[in-house]
Amino acid sequence: MSQDLDTVGGQLAALASGASTARALTERALARAAQAQNSLNALISSVGTEHALAAADAVDVNRAAGRAGALTGIPYAHKDLFCTAGVATTCGSRMLEHFVPPYSATVHQRIEDAGGVLIGKANMDEFAMGSSNEHSYFGPVHNPWDTTRVPGGSSGGSAALVAARVVPFATASDTGGSIRQPAALCGVTGIKPTYGRVSRWGMVAYASSLDQAGVIALNVEDCARVLDVMSGFDPRDATCTDRAKIDVDSALQRSLKGLRIGRPRQWFGAGIENGVGAAVEAAIAEYARQGASIVDVDLPSSDYAIAAYYVIAPAEASSNLSRFDGVRFGHRCADPKDLADLYRRSRSEGFGREVQKRILTGTYALSAGYYDAYYRRAQQVRRLIANDYARVFADVDVLAGPTSPTVAFKLGAKLADPLALYLADINTVGVNLAGLPAMSLPCGFSEGLPVGLQLVAPTWREDLLYSAGHGYQQVTEWHRAAPPTTSQ
Amino acid sequence: MSEWETVIGLEVHCQLATHSKIFSGAPTAYGAEPNSQACAVDLGMPGSLPMMNAGAVELAIRFGLAVGARVAERSVFERKNYFYPDLPKGYQISQYELPVVVGGGLNVRLDDGREKFVQLTRAHLEEDAGKSVHDAFHAETGVDLNRAGTPLLEIVSEPVLASASEAVAYLKTLHTLVRWLGVSDGNMQEGSFRCDANVSVRRAGEPLGTRAEIKNVNSFRFVEKAIDYEVERQIRLIEAGGTVVQETRLFDAHKGETRSMRGKESAHDYRYFPDPDLPPLLIASADIERARAAMPELPEARRQRYIDELGLPAYDASLLTADRNTSEFFEALSTAVPAQAKLCANWVLGEWLGALNANGLAPEQSPISAERLAGLLARIVDGSLSSKMGKQVFEALWLGDESADAVIERLGLKQVSDSSALAGVIDEIVAANPKQVEQYRGGNHKLLQFFVGQAMKATKGQANPAQLNELLQAKLAGA
Repeated sequence: MSQDLDTVGGQLAALASGASTARALTERALARAAQAQNSLNALISSVGTEHALAAADAVDVNRAAGRAGALTGIPYAHKDLFCTAGVATTCGSRMLEHFVPPYSATVHQRIEDAGGVLIGKANMDEFAMGSSNEHSYFGPVHNPWDTTRVPGGSSGGSAALVAARVVPFATASDTGGSIRQPAALCGVTGIKPTYGRVSRWGMVAYASSLDQAGVIALNVEDCARVLDVMSGFDPRDATCTDRAKIDVDSALQRSLKGLRIGRPRQWFGAGIENGVGAAVEAAIAEYARQGASIVDVDLPSSDYAIAAYYVIAPAEASSNLSRFDGVRFGHRCADPKDLADLYRRSRSEGFGREVQKRILTGTYALSAGYYDAYYRRAQQVRRLIANDYARVFADVDVLAGPTSPTVAFKLGAKLADPLALYLADINTVGVNLAGLPAMSLPCGFSEGLPVGLQLVAPTWREDLLYSAGHGYQQVTEWHRAAPPTTSQ
Repeated sequence: MSEWETVIGLEVHCQLATHSKIFSGAPTAYGAEPNSQACAVDLGMPGSLPMMNAGAVELAIRFGLAVGARVAERSVFERKNYFYPDLPKGYQISQYELPVVVGGGLNVRLDDGREKFVQLTRAHLEEDAGKSVHDAFHAETGVDLNRAGTPLLEIVSEPVLASASEAVAYLKTLHTLVRWLGVSDGNMQEGSFRCDANVSVRRAGEPLGTRAEIKNVNSFRFVEKAIDYEVERQIRLIEAGGTVVQETRLFDAHKGETRSMRGKESAHDYRYFPDPDLPPLLIASADIERARAAMPELPEARRQRYIDELGLPAYDASLLTADRNTSEFFEALSTAVPAQAKLCANWVLGEWLGALNANGLAPEQSPISAERLAGLLARIVDGSLSSKMGKQVFEALWLGDESADAVIERLGLKQVSDSSALAGVIDEIVAANPKQVEQYRGGNHKLLQFFVGQAMKATKGQANPAQLNELLQAKLAGA
């Protein structure tokens, strides 16, 4: 078997043995990025080749001096909503097209400190709003498995870069499924940790009570290693919790035997494509074969998850995005007549349609006379959903089901039908509303396109996801399947 | 006009005396270069997040305890959403449904001597906005965000004040209290203590009238003028058949009138909702108890103690407790000069405050410490100095750093209290004025002053008057 240079684990082994260097791996990543850019459009903000190679040389020096960190020499990409000092951070929006933050996200700082080498910033749905990555000011991202199809969203660029073996991992964020759904559609592994596990400082907000940073990679172990670097208490984020880190090694070693898996009936309802359902059922059968117990469970409030999500997330977004007013930073319209004109035109020109739609929806939901009927009610539903999960986790370790009801759909197929697009998140948004850790991992193919298996664990129990996910990847090969466009 | 009643409620924005901002580490100092004291959080930069300043919470707790309010164990920060260039995030972080301080009240002494208990509705924590600068650039508006994120405690009274003078009396009491507690520096010129007044009128016995809100008044005098103007305006309006509309009005200090800001504010829907970036503010009862234990004696209690225990007149007691530093000075002085409260009060309120005022100094800038002044008063108490000589010594203390005794020594001011020395002087005077002695002994006791004057002349004013009186009386009584 030839040397694996696609995964974080493989690259670290090559670096440790001296078989490769950060510079070599970075050059390889940059070359692949350039090659894939035309077909995928997965990178938007550049750090510059010189800059990336200089960073690689610097960490090579560190490694030679015996100062190697957990990711020293590994090239990677950020979803373009993590602020990177001195490097453009656009959020996929015209509003921030020329925004260069003077500070870095805690996530970025931690990966840099661990020796990661940033090669570029990944395309995304504008301000992380979308499930197809078609709502980017910089154009859609294409799915490496079939470039006529969407990669999923909003972290479509991150998922496509990892699937195309450009970088071994990319950061991402998940507000309603934005890590798990594109990971599923691109056939890669993605983890969204417990809300509060990773600092949100410097991650441009979409919906603050739901946003959580995570990682997309080719396997569970890589996700666990990178998340370990990213996570931990941060005094600059009041919602970041001071919890002990997960013992990754022991979690990865745990056997599937005796693992209790819940199979939520509501996740297999109408709208699940047959091929998707079949692949997921086969994966659950594999768990049973490995000695896990499978039990059907009910999450009755799940039916309201989409409705609650599309009140709460836009409400928070309408407020979070108020700062983009053309006064201090971001897009400003030309020759404003007066203050109202400055606001109206700067925001109308700077924000795309989907963002404007959600700002309006959220503004409406918070308005006098509607607050109780929408926002307060949605918060009540949110509690019920969290209660559902808490109840079923009394009896099971993890939940398993389809991440997305469908495989990757054609570009443009759902643009005219926003509701159909919103339903792409039907199995993922509840997890965000409850603040739980969840993961998507490849579990087969339908119509030649990857299918994702979603695993969900109780809060702070990422270790159960590692055990269940890694155990599965020890006995299956789905996560090794590479899209045809990358065969080289 | 007498059938009209005025109903006023006040909202006071009180800047908390923290060194850094309420949700960031940027400094709060006043008067710096525009935008030099605003960090990414204050500027509302993308990805920035607020962190609660524990110091601001501590001050809110202290205030809540001082006014006998309930300090909420759980309060919630909400976002008040509106667009304005000096509001960087497009929302202000404030508290709405669940404030940190609930209820409480203040005893206020009114001008006519009556006392009134003014109930408070609540006090909540919030951040200040920045400042729009309209005159620095031609045809353009500048924005200075130094003030953005400055911690404020908004103190809301019930609508229980019945006149402009009651409103001012309440404000002064509140102003004294927040400064006393160290909750705020109370600097009104710098906007650390400013007020919105909700004013309505009604005929006696009728339900509450529609109120107008006068925004951002920052002096006691302006508050009085603005309310008086507004009351008169509303009464005239109603008597002429009109109706008061609920609106926000601005006080124009030059013209002495309030003006409508109509159309702008009234249509606002602030879309309050809990700020998802900040978990609910939880205050442990241990924190409340710690603050209670550290609470200083409050001005009202201290004033009463001065009357009851020190026997001071109410007037003196009020003046001595109008300001924490003055009161602390008096405390130190009266401790160092025991059982002489009235003497100490006279010197603090007379010479000391007079000298401070004449030199434009605050009490804490006094060049004379309470200890040095105590040294002077001790010499008056033991009879070494007359009051008049004391004032001379005080001037020297003010200008230098000598002790009172050193000044007395240097100026040779020691009053003659040696009875044998005085007895000699008296013998001479009595011998030299036989006619007056005879008249005195014949019943004209007014002549005592003549002998005192003679003795003072002979001692160049350094005789102890009390002792002199005593000795003279004994001598003249016919020894």
